[in-house]
Amino acid sequence: MDFSSLNPIALIVSLMVAATPLVLAAIGELVVEKSGVLNLGVEGMMICGAVFGFMVSVESGNPWLGLGAAFVGGAAIALIFGILTQYLLSNQVATGLALTLFGLGFSALLGHSYTGIKPPSFPKLDIQFLADIPYVGGVLFQHDYMVYVSLLLVFAVWYFLKFTRGGLVLRAVGESHDAAHALGYKVVRIRMLAIMFGGACAGLGGAYISLIRVPQWTEGMTAGAGWIALALVVFASWKPWRVVFGAYLFGGFTIMQLNLQAVGITIPVAYLSMTPYVITIIVLVIISADRKRASANAPASLGRVFHASH
Amino acid sequence: MKLMKTLMAGAALAVGLAGAAFAEPLKIGFVYVGPVGDLGWTYQHDLGRQAVEAEFGDAVETSYVESVPEGADAERVMTQMALAGTKLIFTTSFGYMDPTINVAKKFPDVKFEHATGYKRADNVSTYSARFYEGRTVIGHIAGNMSKTGVIGYIASFPIPEVVRGINAAYLAAKAVNPDVKLKVIWVFTWFDPGKEADAANALIEQGADVIMQHTDSPAAMTIAEEKGIYAFGQASDMMQFGPNARLSSIIDDWDPYYISRVKAVLDGTWVSTDTWDGIGPGMTGIGAFSDKIPADVQASAQAIVDGLAAGTMHSFTGPINKQDGSVWLADGETADDGTLAGMSFYVEGIESELPN
Repeated sequence: MDFSSLNPIALIVSLMVAATPLVLAAIGELVVEKSGVLNLGVEGMMICGAVFGFMVSVESGNPWLGLGAAFVGGAAIALIFGILTQYLLSNQVATGLALTLFGLGFSALLGHSYTGIKPPSFPKLDIQFLADIPYVGGVLFQHDYMVYVSLLLVFAVWYFLKFTRGGLVLRAVGESHDAAHALGYKVVRIRMLAIMFGGACAGLGGAYISLIRVPQWTEGMTAGAGWIALALVVFASWKPWRVVFGAYLFGGFTIMQLNLQAVGITIPVAYLSMTPYVITIIVLVIISADRKRASANAPASLGRVFHASH
Repeated sequence: MKLMKTLMAGAALAVGLAGAAFAEPLKIGFVYVGPVGDLGWTYQHDLGRQAVEAEFGDAVETSYVESVPEGADAERVMTQMALAGTKLIFTTSFGYMDPTINVAKKFPDVKFEHATGYKRADNVSTYSARFYEGRTVIGHIAGNMSKTGVIGYIASFPIPEVVRGINAAYLAAKAVNPDVKLKVIWVFTWFDPGKEADAANALIEQGADVIMQHTDSPAAMTIAEEKGIYAFGQASDMMQFGPNARLSSIIDDWDPYYISRVKAVLDGTWVSTDTWDGIGPGMTGIGAFSDKIPADVQASAQAIVDGLAAGTMHSFTGPINKQDGSVWLADGETADDGTLAGMSFYVEGIESELPN
């Protein structure tokens, strides 16, 4: 067993890359849930974003166009969800689940002829003198651009929700859609915008996996990341910075258990591969132990169908 | 008179139908554990299916179901195939073993071919390739090409087939470089590009500069190409994923076996057998050696290939001890098929523990 071969800098770099799709999908879902809609279709939107991004990236040769397509594609799938739940007033849970299955199948259909193709590669941030700073340089300055974009996005969402009027209105819609409606705010429109933003972020997260992290297309490649993102939103008590913490914790343990295996540790592999999920559950239990504090953050209208009363 | 006419018409109809039955194509089904587009394990099996179609044309009608999870779903798929009139079903993963046996009991007139398993029945054959012979060759190359002396191995499930591969690769590499280290990561999946990519990254961070895999996707090869280290194609050549990284590959060639089995069914000579062919009969192919391998290593690797093909060399030739130090093979002794089929121990020198 040779722990000296474990390189903490390399580990942190890997975990940031592993966690970024979760951060992207979870922050989008956070906005959606803050507006009072429970979108269980994150997995479907992620994988559709992955396939759209991959297809456009390969056809056009430009990876950034691919990311843009994933953004738009994820929003389009979310639009379906929005129309079904906000205009046709269907049950949000069932619709979300149906959309996940739809997204998985649709992406497999579209991506069938794209398996085995290598997409154009992404540039990495390459400020040499910054990257040479010992320890911190490698961790902070050598990632591909999407890692920084994801963190900027979290900052933007936090700022929007906390300090702007728009964020206040969004939170009001999520807390009590009837009161917001009585005040004259367009609840359905606000929720639709939030849903599309959430889908777009999930699409970006999926495209990150298919264009940067692996990078390849194979059906079902998100492998449940959307569900983890959903859990992370609850884990984070609907607070943006906690989403990053949760994603990095989960991603960290996923990477750590692989590295521990390579080191030759004697803990059985089955236990090691359980650790990310177990740690997430433990932290969730601790957070929910104080019932008053735990429920204080959930948007009060989460998951409830809005009927405009006039 | 009317009765005679009816009887004659009935007889003519029966003969006509019987004739039509003989002209009906043989329905063959394939159950795949991953997608055909994995460009690895399932892709090669599908090439076999296409070879059968090309060889027999209208006499056969093939169908396949992809990404069937091992377990109850597999039973359902096989039962459905059998009910639809399929007479020969190829189940292409170890985990389909019990489902195959169960369905075979319910449909005694349907023939099953189970890849990489060990349970047989009157209507169930098993077949596998001696992948470990391929591992010996690539282990030899890896031992020569690794500068850091650390080889990374992405393993799927701790079944004898995978353990054989690890042991064979390690022994061959150790013969070239006695200090070589083999680091193994178990991903517990046959096909998950994300996990395989993460495992490849973890191994590279731990110092590996050659990657081997026993999983089905080209993700590890892609990562190796990106990071500028070496890797080997698994089940299929994977050249397009790692033009610089790929040193060689183990290629599964199922075409001849599939064609011969279908022919046996068409001729009525099919019986339940166990086939375990390696480099010699051509089931395990070795991909072309990359130019990055120096000529003398290419020559020695080719000598190993030829030796294994001719039967003059064996992947497991003593003296070899088990990981706990006990003697397994004496000097010059070779392992027999029975021990190999049930191998569940590491050989001496591999540092990690085998999960159970």
